Amino acid sequence: MTDITASKSMNPGGDLFTGGAAAGEPQARRRGRLPMAQLRAYGLIFALAVITLFFEVATGGVLFQPLNLTNLILQNSYVVVMALGMLLVIVAGHIDLSIGSVVGFIGALAALLMVRFQVDPLTATALCLVVGAIIGGVQGYFVAYLAIPSFIVTLAGMLVFRGLTQALLQGASIGPFPDVFQLLSKGFLANFAGPWTALLIAFGVTALLIGLNWRRRQARIRAEGPAESLASFIFRNGVTATLMLAFAYQMSAYRGLPNVLLVMFALVMLYHFITTRTTIGRRIYALGGNIKAARLSGIRTERLTFLTFANMGALAGLAGMIFVARLNTANSKAGVGFELDVIAACFIGGASAAGGIGKVSGVVIGAFIIGIMNNGMSMLGIGVDYQQVIKGVVLLAAVCLDVHNKNNRL
Amino acid sequence: MQPVLEMRGISKTFPGVKALDDVNLTVEPAEILALVGENGAGKSTLMKVLSGVYPHGSYAGDITYEGRPGHFRDISDSERRGIVIIHQELALVPYLSIAENIFLGNEPARFGIIDQGRVYARARDLMAMVGLDESPDTLVTHLGVGKQQLVEIAKAIAKKVKLLILDEPTASLSETDSEALLQLLLRFKARGIASILISHKLNEIARVADRITVLRDGTTVETLDCRNGAIDEDRIIRAMVGRTLENRYPVRAPRIGDVLMEVRDWTVHHPVHADRVVVRNVGLTLRRGEIVGVAGLMGSGRTELAMSLFGRSYGQGIRGTVRIDGAEVDVSTIDRAIAAGIAYVTEDRKQLGLVLGEDIARNTTLANLPGVSTAAVIDEAVEHRVATGFRTKMRIRSFGVTQQTVNLSGGNQQKVVLSKWLFTQPKVLILDEPTRGIDVGAKYEIYSIINELAEDGRGVLMISSEMPELLGLCDRIYVMNEGRFVAEFPRAEASQEAIMRAIMRSKGLNG
Repeated sequence: MTDITASKSMNPGGDLFTGGAAAGEPQARRRGRLPMAQLRAYGLIFALAVITLFFEVATGGVLFQPLNLTNLILQNSYVVVMALGMLLVIVAGHIDLSIGSVVGFIGALAALLMVRFQVDPLTATALCLVVGAIIGGVQGYFVAYLAIPSFIVTLAGMLVFRGLTQALLQGASIGPFPDVFQLLSKGFLANFAGPWTALLIAFGVTALLIGLNWRRRQARIRAEGPAESLASFIFRNGVTATLMLAFAYQMSAYRGLPNVLLVMFALVMLYHFITTRTTIGRRIYALGGNIKAARLSGIRTERLTFLTFANMGALAGLAGMIFVARLNTANSKAGVGFELDVIAACFIGGASAAGGIGKVSGVVIGAFIIGIMNNGMSMLGIGVDYQQVIKGVVLLAAVCLDVHNKNNRL
Repeated sequence: MQPVLEMRGISKTFPGVKALDDVNLTVEPAEILALVGENGAGKSTLMKVLSGVYPHGSYAGDITYEGRPGHFRDISDSERRGIVIIHQELALVPYLSIAENIFLGNEPARFGIIDQGRVYARARDLMAMVGLDESPDTLVTHLGVGKQQLVEIAKAIAKKVKLLILDEPTASLSETDSEALLQLLLRFKARGIASILISHKLNEIARVADRITVLRDGTTVETLDCRNGAIDEDRIIRAMVGRTLENRYPVRAPRIGDVLMEVRDWTVHHPVHADRVVVRNVGLTLRRGEIVGVAGLMGSGRTELAMSLFGRSYGQGIRGTVRIDGAEVDVSTIDRAIAAGIAYVTEDRKQLGLVLGEDIARNTTLANLPGVSTAAVIDEAVEHRVATGFRTKMRIRSFGVTQQTVNLSGGNQQKVVLSKWLFTQPKVLILDEPTRGIDVGAKYEIYSIINELAEDGRGVLMISSEMPELLGLCDRIYVMNEGRFVAEFPRAEASQEAIMRAIMRSKGLNG
């Protein structure tokens, strides 16, 4: 029976933020112990831990040093940001290959606006987000309303926007950006409460999250719904809280919390909420799970598909700006191959290529697995050639493991 | 004479259901054995046992085939011994040619290189044998269902078939195609090939079958011999339904109120071939508390009518008006149709009704998410309460509302689909084959639910290919044929014969 009841929680990655990992536990009798099925759902966190420890040891402790940790966040932030959008696209049953080119294009556009035409950074940023959303929307239009396979539409988009990036930049690199804009990637939250500001903030946020999780769990119990066991709740929230506090402690030893981390954190929370709690999120999962049944349930599937692509475009635009703000220059190679890291993060994080399955928490962990591997392998001096080989093998292994787990449980 | 096939004491249990209970079946050489029974009586399960879909060991009982034990591990195992089963859903590859399909997996080849000359020569022979007058190069997708059926049979002969099993082969065929198929079976019989024919069309069976084995509720009721004088259809029906015929349908005292829905001049064109009219000038009324049936043969346009009414989810060039409670309503999209108070319970719950990977609760609320949310944020506690309420009311058998719907039985899946639509608070429910593929016990429960819906003052429009079901439940029955309503019977005047006569009389009226 465990196999059937746990099938909803088979998505690895567990769930860092809410009781999702236990959503498949219908019986209250499970409270009070930590069933194997739930532990298996933590496989992805386990994998992340192993990979992290490996690089921590292999690099002689450099990985966790405050400076490197900060760099890791900065390098990885755009992958996380885009993976949030890609998750929705993949859950809806599609794929977006164009995002690397869109990153380059928006970066170039931002450079032109701010550096060439001296547009005010805030206006330029807003404009770039809108253009990103329009790019995604146009591609989404072809996919949703004209029923062209997304693989083809976005492959075309990949070529078109790479070409347009080169056309915009005319082979030149444009920079530097205004200081205010650079703050997006290079700035840190002011230490208004002394050197431990980061830790204080992390403490506050952690307490808030645990409080919200507790409230949700109590509400479920009151509704006699499926609630996870107390042991699992304590374990899961304890691990999350410890990680967040340890992380903040390390960060405060450098310059505190980077602005981009705050942006990323807010987006992760927002998309977690959208995917788990809102009607639009629920509908995207239904659309990916069975588009015909969703349509016959009154869900406007075309519009929803269109919106997921527009959303992806806007996030790719944001990632493009984070990227150029960090490099402080726009060039025509920006974003090449990003789509691969982002898509890999989603699949490592347990999203299903067939649609309908995937979680924000899983995808964030997937993105960090990719990010730590990129960072760690660079520090170990592994060449780009073998880095790709290793990432490819890890992706395949992660998905094989996932498929294996699912087959065993259904 | 030694029988070709002997199945003795076959029993097969699924979790919670005993699908087959001590079934016996024999097929003599060169005979046509008809296997009849209601949906869910166990015919398909029995054939899956025979062909190895359920491998030896997963059932109890003994199979002797051509004097040797017939313990098949899988379909290819049984095919090697000459048992070929042709399913209702054809297993052809649409974008391969007729010849390629006939020899699929069985290609005349030397060292892996296909001998094209032999493929075409043999394909022509086989096609001539089954009376298929087409070029072997024609893609299967360009053939009608009847001819595709013939390709399947040619494929079976190519495998040197000794026992041919046909599962409702004529269900989707026209009269002429059906006739040709039956003649083909008789020719095979003359050549010494035995066949098992599963069919609901009793007139066909009475004509071609040598013997008729009747299954009911997973057991063999009796075997009727037709060789010493014809068996009339009533005799077969009596064996099929048994003594329980009287109380197969829960009783209801209809309390019929005002006109609830009125459809006028409803015309629908085919979604691809714009010049083909699929539904022609249909008008219907439905009153509060009334169950109205739509009878007709497969392909008569009933599902197309229902889906086009439900937010134009089928067809193009749709004309006509829909009134609910006297006022014309906009049913141009599915969400508007739902808002107007219409719900459509599909005939294909797995493909069109459920998101199988999601749980009962999520499926229950899918068509009315605003009903469990505030400002687009879902309240899980409310959702859980709603789903649990329906689970109790509908008597859905599951571990809880978090069980994935893919693991439910057909009857319970149908109850989830019904829950989903009831949660949209519909005034009108259109039920399309609501009991297809559901076992006998669960059918009674579904019928009770349908009756309750009517007693609540809703209007129910029910499409069904099982005429006894329509006669047992409906207050009024429309008869549909070739896209038009050709007759209407109040309950008192409706009978299987009257409906069939109406269909036959209307044949060819469209020129």
